[in-house]
Amino acid sequence: MAHTDSHTHTEHASQPYHGNTHSPEVTHHEHSFDSRAIWRTFWILLGITCVELIVGMFIAPNFHSLKLMFNILYMILTGAKAFYIIAEFMHLKHEIKNMIMTIAVPALLFIWFLTAFLWDGNSFKNLRNRFDRNHDAKRTEKVTPAHGGEAQKPGAIH
Amino acid sequence: MAQAIPANQKWWSGGRSPFNVEYGKLMMWYFLMSDAFTFGAFLISYGTARFSTNSWPDPNHVFSSFPFAGHAHLPLVFVSLMTFILIMSSVTMVLAVGAGHSNDRKSVVKWMIWTIIGGIAFLSCQAWEWNHLYHQGAWWGQIPTEAGSAFLNADGTKPNTNFSNFFFTITGFHGFHVFSGVIINIIMLIMAYTGVFDRRGHYLMIEKAGLYWHFVDLVWVFVFTCFYLF
Repeated sequence: MAHTDSHTHTEHASQPYHGNTHSPEVTHHEHSFDSRAIWRTFWILLGITCVELIVGMFIAPNFHSLKLMFNILYMILTGAKAFYIIAEFMHLKHEIKNMIMTIAVPALLFIWFLTAFLWDGNSFKNLRNRFDRNHDAKRTEKVTPAHGGEAQKPGAIH
Repeated sequence: MAQAIPANQKWWSGGRSPFNVEYGKLMMWYFLMSDAFTFGAFLISYGTARFSTNSWPDPNHVFSSFPFAGHAHLPLVFVSLMTFILIMSSVTMVLAVGAGHSNDRKSVVKWMIWTIIGGIAFLSCQAWEWNHLYHQGAWWGQIPTEAGSAFLNADGTKPNTNFSNFFFTITGFHGFHVFSGVIINIIMLIMAYTGVFDRRGHYLMIEKAGLYWHFVDLVWVFVFTCFYLF
């Protein structure tokens, strides 16, 4: 880093900003630290988590046919939480736009990554159900107690 | 939004950092990107395995225990506690970073101690949960398949070991990150306490450790959704 040589003539010129003034290359125009924004983020994260839990515990188990809809809801809420952690806690929202882009653009690879592999998994399931008898048979074979009407084990949950 | 930049600022003409962040912090960001792809690969392979299977264990049945609650059916309560602990320790980490901005050593030490306590609490919860699942018969390569087991597929068919393999591998890898984060935070605490950062004149190391710690929290958000909600 260049600051070893450039220290002598730039150090004093770069003093007006506060806090991390160790290198003249980095000029912090920002923020006295805003703890209100942090607590607001905390409440948002906590709120979203509570919504997820309430849906997961009490609502979704009653509507099995809508599982896909609930999963989409969870994905949206998870994305929102990820955004708040990255933007506020990791402070990325307040960095220079070019730097944000060096993080955000490569992250777009995840779109391909998810689509391609989940599609592949689904296709593999369909192929196996169609051509692998054993796999298809497992689909309908329920696990039943070994000795006919044996009582459920203590601690078993149903 | 993004930092306001004067129109005539020449970022790329030398003499200053074009991204206006310290070198180490930028490299921490890129390390975390690579780590995100490692976790992404784990979680997406879990998703692929799950998509290729006809049915899967129901998390509401598998994760329904709480310490000292016996056999009470409390789905997802324990994992919500773990999530809360991790979010809370993320907040105390930000407060430590904030205190570092104003070179306030006492507050940095205080908030770092709280962050470390949060990390250790999370790890203890995870140890309890692993131990509990292990004693129910789930482990790498093992899953209980007898009638009435909480691990049966949602449609009542026999589960395969994909569930336990992925669960222990991914939460284990995440737990390892939490563990190393706690170690890093302890080192930061010692350095702050002994005045190393005061002598340096800045607390930038706390920011880098903070980035790592928030990343651990970020990954947990995804692990939580993939294993406990879906």
